[in-house]
Order: sequence, then C-alpha cells, then structure tokens
Amino acid sequence: MIVFDKPKALSNVPLHYCPGCTHGIVHRLVAEALDALDITDRTVGVAPVGCSVFAYNYFECDMIQAAHGRAPAVATGVKRTHPDTIVFTYQGDGDLAAIGTAETVHSATRGENITIIFINNAIYGMTGGQMAPTTLPGQVTTTSPYGRDPKIQGNPVRVCEMLSTLDGVAYAERVSVDSPKNINNAKKAIKKAFQNQIDGKGFSIVEVLSTCPTNWGMSPADSLEWLRQNMMPHYPLGVYKDIDAKKEEN
Amino acid sequence: MTTKILLAGFGGQGILFAGKQLAKTAMYSDLQVSWLPSYGPEMRGGAANCSVIISEEEIGSPIVTAPDVLIALNLPSFDKFEPAIVPGGLLIADSTLIAKESTRTDIRICRIPATGLASENGLDGFANVIILGQLLKQTGIFEYQKFLDLMIGGIPAAKAALIEKNKRALEIGYNYEA
Amino acid sequence: MGQKVLMKGNEAIAEAAIKNGCLHFFGYPITPQTEISEYMAKRMPKVGGLCLQAESEVAAINMVMGAAASGTRVMTSSSSPGISLKSEGISYIVGCDLPCVIVNVQRGGPGLGGIQPSQADYYQATKANGHGDLHLFVVAPASVQEMASLTGLAFDVADKYRTPAMILADGALGQMMEPVDFAVEEKTDLPEKTWAANGHGGKRNKNIINSLFMDPNDLENSIKARFARYAEIEANETRWEELMVDDADIVIVAYGITSRICKTAINAARAKGIKVGLIRPITLWPFPKAPLAKAAETAKHFLVCELNMGQMVDDVKVAIDCARPVSFYGRTGGVMPSAEEVLAEIEKIAGGLAK
Repeated sequence: MIVFDKPKALSNVPLHYCPGCTHGIVHRLVAEALDALDITDRTVGVAPVGCSVFAYNYFECDMIQAAHGRAPAVATGVKRTHPDTIVFTYQGDGDLAAIGTAETVHSATRGENITIIFINNAIYGMTGGQMAPTTLPGQVTTTSPYGRDPKIQGNPVRVCEMLSTLDGVAYAERVSVDSPKNINNAKKAIKKAFQNQIDGKGFSIVEVLSTCPTNWGMSPADSLEWLRQNMMPHYPLGVYKDIDAKKEEN
Repeated sequence: MTTKILLAGFGGQGILFAGKQLAKTAMYSDLQVSWLPSYGPEMRGGAANCSVIISEEEIGSPIVTAPDVLIALNLPSFDKFEPAIVPGGLLIADSTLIAKESTRTDIRICRIPATGLASENGLDGFANVIILGQLLKQTGIFEYQKFLDLMIGGIPAAKAALIEKNKRALEIGYNYEA
Repeated sequence: MGQKVLMKGNEAIAEAAIKNGCLHFFGYPITPQTEISEYMAKRMPKVGGLCLQAESEVAAINMVMGAAASGTRVMTSSSSPGISLKSEGISYIVGCDLPCVIVNVQRGGPGLGGIQPSQADYYQATKANGHGDLHLFVVAPASVQEMASLTGLAFDVADKYRTPAMILADGALGQMMEPVDFAVEEKTDLPEKTWAANGHGGKRNKNIINSLFMDPNDLENSIKARFARYAEIEANETRWEELMVDDADIVIVAYGITSRICKTAINAARAKGIKVGLIRPITLWPFPKAPLAKAAETAKHFLVCELNMGQMVDDVKVAIDCARPVSFYGRTGGVMPSAEEVLAEIEKIAGGLAK
C-alpha cells in the first residue's frame, strides 16, 4: 500500500509561496530527506533572505534566520562548534550567487561539511522580479526591462560549474523540479547531499532549477515549459562533481 | 620611585627584546611596569622605539616623552630623543653607530661601542644585550644575576649556544668601562 | 591572586577569552589587533578549541552568529575598518538576542585611516553599531590587566543578558605589555542556553533564532523586551573609576589609554596645587551618568579627553544636564597626546576658573 502523507520534518503550517512556485516541492524533498535519514532531531537549518526567508517556520528542526547571503558562514559557525549536528542552508540565487558569493565560494573551498540547497529561478522573487545573478541573457526583469544585455548587465553565473573546480567540494549536482522524473532525481540528489554530510564527506550542494510564475508573468504550466526551453540549455542538469563517482561506477 | 626608559633605534636591532627583558625583570621584582612599542607597518629596518616605565606606584601614561634613561642605537634616535632626556638623566649611546657626541652637561653620558664589541667577540646581533649589561652597571636598577637568569630562563636548553651568547654579551657590556 | 605574566594587551584578551571558556574564535587579520588571531591560532588547537580565519570580516561575524546561535561561547576581533564590515552581523546578532564578544582594537579613521591608536569609534560603539534600535554592552579597558578582566566580564554580561558585548580598546593597549593576572572567578549564576539551535534531540520543541517580524507590533514588543534587559544592564553593570573627584574643581572624563595619560597629568597638576580629578567610564554603554551628575554638584568644570574630535562630550553634557561647562581636549588620527599637553590644558582651565 502506498500512503501519501506529509513528511514529519515539514511543519504543519500553510506555506506562503505563490501559486505554482516550486519552493513547496523542494521544501518537501528536503523534509523527506530529513525523514528518510532520521536526522531532524539533530539538524539545524539556516534560512536565507529572499522568498524562502520564512523557511524557519516550515521545517521541524531547529532553525536560524541569516542575513542576506551569509547563510554558509552562519552554517559554518554552527557546524564547527557542533560537529554532531547536521547543518543545511536553503538559499536563492540572489542570496547565494550575488550578495553571498564570497561566503558560498569560501565555505565550499574550505570543504565545510554542510549541505546547501540552492534555488535557481533566474529572478529576485521577494522584491518583485528584479534581475538575479542567474537571469538569462535577454531575459526581461524589472531591472533589465529591455532584456539582460551581457554588455551592460554582465553575464549570468553558473554556480555548479564554478564550485566544481574547488577542492573542498564533495558533491555538486544541478537538478530540476519541472517533471515527476526530474523531481525524483532531485529527491535522490538532496538525500545524497545530506548523506554526504552524515558520512563526513564535505561540502555538498544541490542546485534546483525552479520557476517563478508570478514574476516571470506566466501560468505555472507555461513556467515549467519556459524553464525547460530556456533555463535547461543554459544550466544543463547533471552531476558536476562527486568524489564518490568513481567508486559508484565500479 | 619611577624610572622612565626609552629605547630607540632601527627595527631588527632588538630594541623591543631589550625592553621586554627590563619589563620582565621589573615584574619579577614586584614592581609596576609598562612596555609600549611604537609600531609601524615595517617589521624590519624602520625606526623602532619602545617605552618602558618601571615604578613602585601605579603607572599612568605608558608613553615616555622625557626619559630618565635613553638608550640610543642609531643617529636618528639620538638626534630625536637626546634633547628630551630629563636633567640628571642618563644617555647610553652605541658609539659604533653614533659618532656624534652629546653637548649636554646636565645629563650623564655613557658611550659604549656595543655593535663593535659584538662583532669583535663573535656576538653579531647581541649589541642590544651588551647595552643592557652597561645599563645594569650604570643604573643598578636590577641585580645582575637576577636579570641574567630571567633573560636566559626562557631559552630552551637545546639552544645552549644562544644562552651562552646572551651570557657573554651581558658580561661584556657590564664590564665595559665607558 | 594568581601568577602574573608579562603580555601584550591583544594576547591578554585572547588568553582571557580561553580562560573564560571561549573555545571558538573567528577572525580576519588587521593591524593593530592581529596578535589576537595569531594567539588564538596557536593556543586553540592545544585546548581543544578552534580558531578559523574567515574570508572576510563579514563572514567572521556571521560564523560568530552561527556559533552563538547554537549556544557556543564565541568571540571575534578586529580593528576599526573591520568593525564597520561586521556591523551588519552585529545588528542581526542583537536582533536574535545572541551572546558573543566582539573586540575592536581601534585605529585611526575614517576610511583606511591609519594603524596608530585611536578612540574614534566611540560613536560607532555606543550609538550605531549596526542598524536598528540597539545597544551593545561596551567596556573600555585601560590596562593590560583590564584587557583580561573585562574580557571575562564581557562574556558573563553577554551570556546573562543575551546581548553581544564589545571590548573597545585601542592600538596602544593592544600592543603594550604589562603584567597580567588571569584569575577567573567561577560563575554559577549564568542562565542555561535553552534557546540555542543545536538540534532538539526530540526532547523539546524546535528553537528558531530569528530577527524578522512581519507584524510591527511583534517587532516593537521584541525591542521593548530587549530594552527592558538594557535597563537591567544599566542598573547592574555600569562601571567606572573615580580619582580625587571629591574636592576637584576640574573633573576630567576619559577612558581607555587616554585615562592613563590623564592620570599622569592629574598627578602633576595636583603637585602644582590644582584641584583636578578623574572619572573614568569603564563601561561606555551603559554610560556612568550617576557619578558625573554627582560630581557636577561640586565641580566647576568638566574636561573630556579622547583620541578623537570629542565624541564623548555630548554624553557628558547629558549626564550632568549641562549644569557645568564641558570642554574637550584630544588628539586624533593616531596621534597620542602627552601628559604635558593635557597638563597645559588643565592649567589653562584652572587659570580661567581663578579669574
């Protein structure tokens, strides 16, 4: 018998996210991983600034709300002083790849034994649709109203590719939540990113391509199609680094 | 009774080390003491000076502007601080490096070729300790043996040669007739 | 009394932190406080602790936040420009009611300024150490001994009232050596950190460490609750030193290294028959208003001395309700006044009073 139930690690409160937003899916996947690994009671989550700022209300583990971009530094402070806890951050693209780039890169290169869930939806959602570090060339936002021109606004950043070059990174994978199949892959990736931490392997990041129907100005269904047509070619899904990859192949 | 000592020279001459030996001995003599370096961005070669105040009472300002004792290890330091020595104070100058002589008549002047004595005796780098030996003799501020024991007390036994060099340098300085 | 050791002020802060149970330090090198980081890097591994050099001051203060949020006694240190970078994190730490100790070994500013001793961050430390309605418990040591003993106090007050505490020192105190005694009193009255986010173990409800309130009434209530604790700190933790105030015509108000210079000047002035005394704030926040108000009943003139352009003057005027003239003497930019300069200022004021 298959029972569809709310994961225990997900709090019993309504989420504040917009209709069609994929944050809810990713929250569920995180909670399922906490349940599956039975680690909620020793987990500390770090919420960002951005749409998922209220994440501290949504997980049943202890939570800390960090300043914009600083979640990996806060997570470092928790993990280094409490090595037996499981520490994760949940961050959007502005938080992780713009204002918090230094904290991201340096926690990664130090090989902090933490798990980062990174939501890439190519836009600033919380403030109402401004250009993100991951906004695609040509993409219209309120601060790139004529479409992002790399000559003016610069190029978007590919986080998994960048971090995969760093020695401290144990695991970097880009997934998507646009289809049941991809959601299943995302679920495995997120669980693995937590398992790595339990096993003491080091820095693990899962980048999740996500939609923002409200600020993209599309229906949820159209958003999923836009993600497939536009984001996936620019941000290819896949494993960018996995220190266990060779072992698994054998 | 308060003694204000100013040690001045180039970085690398062991100015701060010499001041620290005075401060340490003062502490173990149950006296109040402060040691204040003038610090700059350069670790070696720039101007270095250090204020040491030794007192039976609580020490106020740790800055020595009018020294009772000036130890000058180079000409710029001599030029800058010699006029500031209090009347009745003491100047100890390394005469190897400072050819110029003080014209003051209201202070005691002690010229010792510390750098020269150091090289003659295979003690390069120990001119500061030679000067300290002369300071002990001129001021009687600390008992010789106590000062020596505290100075070499921190050196690990494995560095016996270093202990020996410090001993000899202090002795040469103390015995020099200025 | 324990055994005294000769140590730099910066090293004394580091050793005192360790002796007071702080086994985690996050920092970033900057002159003139780098000895703190270096001392921590050397000592922490030997006492089972951790010294981590962060990629920036911003990261360091947020590592402190994470450590404090999970219930750890933790410290960071910097000098003026680095404290500006930390101010974001400090505001969040206040907003989350987290205890920690932040050291500022001040140098001259603004901008990159200089590397010589300064007290030009008085405003920042006492009035604006981050955005929002907030205070820090701020202590101003005046000797290497106080660098150690006030470090212990800073940790205890931080833990007791769930507030960050700042040690506001300066480059001279950081670099100078004096004998120091590290005797630490056993603390038994500090509250347990039941609020910490370090894994609930299934034994309690989850803890949330957070400074965000969407309802302004909730935010206002949280601030008022914090200010109620500030009132307790003011009542219980204000500290100062008085020297020859009772018969003084002129009362100098000075803290930190400047108070030492003033003491020398005061002794010289007394020898000349000038009745001058000193009130030395040991806590800059809370500011010791009461002894100043009391001194204003008898003193004729207040002279504020600082290594800045007169940042404490307003606090003194408020404390004495402008009942007496308040003048200022100081040097800034990293210049230290001599005791003779302060003495000249005292004599000038005394001359004016005699007329």
